[in-house]
Formats: sequence, structure tokens, C-alpha cells
Amino acid sequence: MSVSVTLENVAKQYGAFAAVRGVSLAIQPGELIALLGPSGSGKTTLLRMMAGLEAIDGGNILFDGIDTSRLSLRDRRIGFVFQNYALFRHMSVADNIAFGLKVRPRKERPSASEISRRVSGLLELVQLGGLEKRFPSQISGGQRQRVALARALAIEPRVLLLDEPFGALDAKVRKDLRQWLRDLHRRTGHTTVFVTHDQEEALELADRVAILNKGLLEQVAGPDTVYDYPATAFVCDFLGETNRIPVEIAGGRAHFENIPVYQGLPSNSHGKAELFVRPQHLKLVEPGGSPFSGAVELIRRHGSIRRAEVAIKGLPKRLDIDIVSQIGPAIGESVGVRITHAQAFPAG
Amino acid sequence: MSDIVVAPVPPVHTHRVRSESPMVRACLIGIALAFLGVFLILPLTVVFLEAFANGWQAYIENILETDALAAIRLTLLVAIIAVPLNVIFGVAAAWAVAKFEFRGKNLLISLIDLPFSVSPVISGLVYVLLFGAQGYFGPWLKSHGVEIIFALSGIVLATLFVTFPFVARELIPHMQTLGNNDEEAALTLGASGWQTFVKITLPNVKWSLLYGVLLCNARAMGEFGAVAVVSGKIRGLTTTMPLHIEILFNEYMSAAAFAVASLLALLALVTLAVKTWLEWRFADEIAARSGH
Repeated sequence: MSVSVTLENVAKQYGAFAAVRGVSLAIQPGELIALLGPSGSGKTTLLRMMAGLEAIDGGNILFDGIDTSRLSLRDRRIGFVFQNYALFRHMSVADNIAFGLKVRPRKERPSASEISRRVSGLLELVQLGGLEKRFPSQISGGQRQRVALARALAIEPRVLLLDEPFGALDAKVRKDLRQWLRDLHRRTGHTTVFVTHDQEEALELADRVAILNKGLLEQVAGPDTVYDYPATAFVCDFLGETNRIPVEIAGGRAHFENIPVYQGLPSNSHGKAELFVRPQHLKLVEPGGSPFSGAVELIRRHGSIRRAEVAIKGLPKRLDIDIVSQIGPAIGESVGVRITHAQAFPAG
Repeated sequence: MSDIVVAPVPPVHTHRVRSESPMVRACLIGIALAFLGVFLILPLTVVFLEAFANGWQAYIENILETDALAAIRLTLLVAIIAVPLNVIFGVAAAWAVAKFEFRGKNLLISLIDLPFSVSPVISGLVYVLLFGAQGYFGPWLKSHGVEIIFALSGIVLATLFVTFPFVARELIPHMQTLGNNDEEAALTLGASGWQTFVKITLPNVKWSLLYGVLLCNARAMGEFGAVAVVSGKIRGLTTTMPLHIEILFNEYMSAAAFAVASLLALLALVTLAVKTWLEWRFADEIAARSGH
């Protein structure tokens, strides 16, 4: 049932504003892919163009190699879940889910008993059995989300598109639903594209993450690759916290103010650059243990770990360093800093 | 917050918050009530008192009088034609304004309001100028056997013009706050445009639509100025209820005039009651919605 989705140089213009500027992306059948980016990056526009809700100004969108531009919304058979769910407020949960089946032309429409059988099957699938008679205003946000998903699945979509699926939910529900969606995807196997601005969500859920910035695709790869080997400075910065250190690179070695700080870079790189280091890739060592040293100025709790802010002479911003061991440094203590993993990007 | 100790509010505070003295308050309420009494309740009472001045029998007779019945019939006929047409126009205009972006949208919104700002007499005169015997299209229409001025079609046209904004005005803000998502959802689920309109859009706006229809109807039945100009006031033929009332009143038949007037007043009261009920009903729905 699932199809591949191919975007070829897709573009969208709103007046003078280029929302999407030539995006190409090949999505495999059954793949779960995240479109990740800050607001205004064009991710929702891209999703709406795949759905056919927005006209394409340039390029092509193909489903299984077939151009979709001439297909009506009905013929595209897209399961679209809106950010605010867009449940029909005057219809019960069951009627909402059955809507896509009931509006089919008489010849294609399943019988009433078949429809109600399918609806209860879907309600079981989204774990909402027993709520069929409720109205959207009478159920919780997480339940609405699942009704919207069941409604989209009812038409047996070829592609499932979700716009910020967890955006309107509180943190706890969001976590549960994420896991649940992952399981659901494993069971149903729909080609699924979801839009999010939450990098954690994208990395946790998706098979591959497509990162967008200002209407351009920055990188598409698996979660581990985009996180550990970001293709651009933007990706590195957007996916997690980073410390930026201005360095001079020669023969794969990075020097900060003539002190060698890191040597794991490709040997052909050289010149002025910025070293991007995540807090967990910085290690505190004895003051003599590394030429790169400074003083601890602040220690904060950061979720499950503690984080030290270390002031380095010559660096305008303090370095954020995760403290791994139970025994941490004291404030004011001199420490050495060792970089275990880093990426260099041209300074800018 | 824990370091802020909430002291029991001394009674003095309530006075300070509502700084007017009881005298001022009584005065303000008194003025408001007196105003309501003099300008609304008193006239309404007078209408009914005058209508029944000669007793029940006379009241019934006055209403069942041939010309009065003809006026009532004409008024209903005009409303039956004009209101549905304006519902269609109003829904179409509101749909266009709320669901699409296009050039000249603001101009369209202003134009929809035009009948509110133009004196009804002028809108009547415009039709006379266009379709009257000496008007631009008058001779051509006459040669094709179409009568507009001093006929039903003219009255309907004038009424349409005057009542045009009511439905659109109610629907536009409501449709704008609802946005397009529901319609888009229905379309992606495979519904046709018409199915989307009937099954999604209409049920979503039904209360404001009904509200608009009520106001439109009240105005359609009560319109005087525009209709007076185009109808020619041919008694028993082109007089609607308001025109008929004026004729009777000018002929010093005040009991008869007020008898017919009481029907219009009753219409106003019923409209008001239904409108209040709708508002109450509507507020409930809005509250349910904001929970989304």
C-alpha cells in the first residue's frame, strides 16, 4: 500500500518570499521521515505541497514515480494530520473516523456495517475503544490526536503526513505518544512524513531526518549521522547544544591561540575555522592534563546531568561541559579541558 | 508566591474599588431605565394599547381587512424571496472573504457594508433611476414587458439591497476565526467541494447563519424607505406592511394602523427572543470550542 515519495527540485514562492527553494528528496516506501527546521524554514509548506493542499511553483512531486500535480486531493489518497487536528466538532469520534469512507462515491463506498466494522477496528488500533460516541470537545488532547490519526488511516492512505503531530500536547503525553506512533508505524508500515521543530522528537522517532533552513535542505540522513556528523554548521547548531571555538587548522589539527586543542579532523583541512563541540564531548581533566585550560565559574543542573561553565582565557563565551563523574570540580577551580569529538566548519 | 501573605480584604476596599457613591449609582441606573422606558417600552406599549383601543373584535377585523391582508401577504412574499437570495449571496461573499486571499478583498468587505451607510431612500431612488419609466433601462424593459418599478420585482430588489449585509456580516468574522483546516481535512479525506460545504462548513457556522437570517428577515419585513420609493404605494397591490401602516395612519385610522403595527412589533419581539436564545446557545458553543 505504501508508496515512495520523490521530490524533485520543489519550490514555493509567496509573493517576494521564497518559502521553499528547490528541495529534492527521495523517501522510500514505508519510511518514517522527519522534516526538521526552525519556524519559517519551509517544512510545513513542503508537507502541504506533498498533500496537495498547496500548489507547487516549481519542480515535481512523484508518488511511486507518478507525477501527482494533476491528481485531485481525493485521488492522491493522503492521510493528513493537522497540527490542531481539525476534528469535525459537530461529529462524534466514530463519525469523524468514518467521514472519509462515507463521502466516497456510492460505487466505492463500503456498506454501513463494513464502515462501522472498520471504525471500531481503527478505534482499537489507536486504543480509543469505547469513546466512539464522544465529541471532540469531550476528549483530551492526546485522544484527539489519535482520533485525527485514525481518521487519516481510515481512507487507507498511500502516504501519511503529520504536521507538528505533538506540538499541542504537554511534555508527558508527548513522550508517550511518540513511542506509540513509532509502534504504530512499525505495525502499519505507511510511508510517513512528519514535520517538527523539536530536534529531540525528530531524532527519536524518524528513520531519517531531513533538516531544512530558509527553504533549503541542509542534510538528510539517519539520526546518528546528522547528530554526530552534521553536514553544516546550521545542522550542528540546530540539533543540540554546541560550544563554538575559533581555531586555526593545519594538517587536521585545530589550534586555539596556538594551543593544540583537537586533532581528529580530516588531514586535508586547514585554515581558519570554527570548532563545534557538544557539551558531552568535552572532558574535564587535571589542570596539567591538557594545555587547553580555564577556571570553573558556574555549575548548573541540566536534567539528569550537571554542567560546568568553564571560562577560557581568550574565549568570549564560557564553555558548557557535562560533568560525567559523581565528584565534580568546585567553583573557581582550575581545570584542563579535553575535546573528544568535534566538527570544524568554516568560520562565519 | 509563598512569601506574599494575603491579608483578609477589609470591607473598605470594596468601596474603593467601586468608587461611585450609592447616590451616583442609583442615578446612573435610573437614567438608563428611564431612557429605556421612554424610548423603547413606552412606544411598544402604546402600539399594543392603540391596537386594542377598540377591543379584540376591532383588532381582528382590522387585520383581516382586505388591504391589510394583501399587505401582510406581500410582506411575507418579499421576505420569502429576498431572505433566501441574501442567504445565498451572504454565504458566497463570506466564503470568498474568509477562505480566499485575493486582490480587492478589503474593497469587497467595504462594499458589503455599503447598504448600512447609504440612506434606504437613496437606494430606492437608484432603482427608480435605473429601471423607472424615464430611467436608463426603463424603456427597454418596458418594451420587453418587464415591470420593475411600482411592482413586486422592484420591492424585492430594494429589499435585497437594504438587507444584503446582514448574513455576510454575521458569517465573515465567524468563518475567519474558524480558518480553513476543517475544510482542508475534509478534502484530503476525499470529500468533494459540495460535500465539504454541506457537511463541514455549514454545520460549523449554523448558529451565526441563523442569527444573520433572523436579522435579515426582520429588516426585510420592516423596510420602509427604499420600498416606499420603488413601490409607488398602490394600495392593496404594492403596499407592504410598513407602507400600509403609514397610509392608514395618514388617514387617521390609528386603531387599524396600530393593529398592523402590532404585528411588526410582535415580529421584532420574536426576533429579539430568538436572537437572545441563539446568543446564549452560541456562547455555549464558543466556550466548548475554546477547549480545543
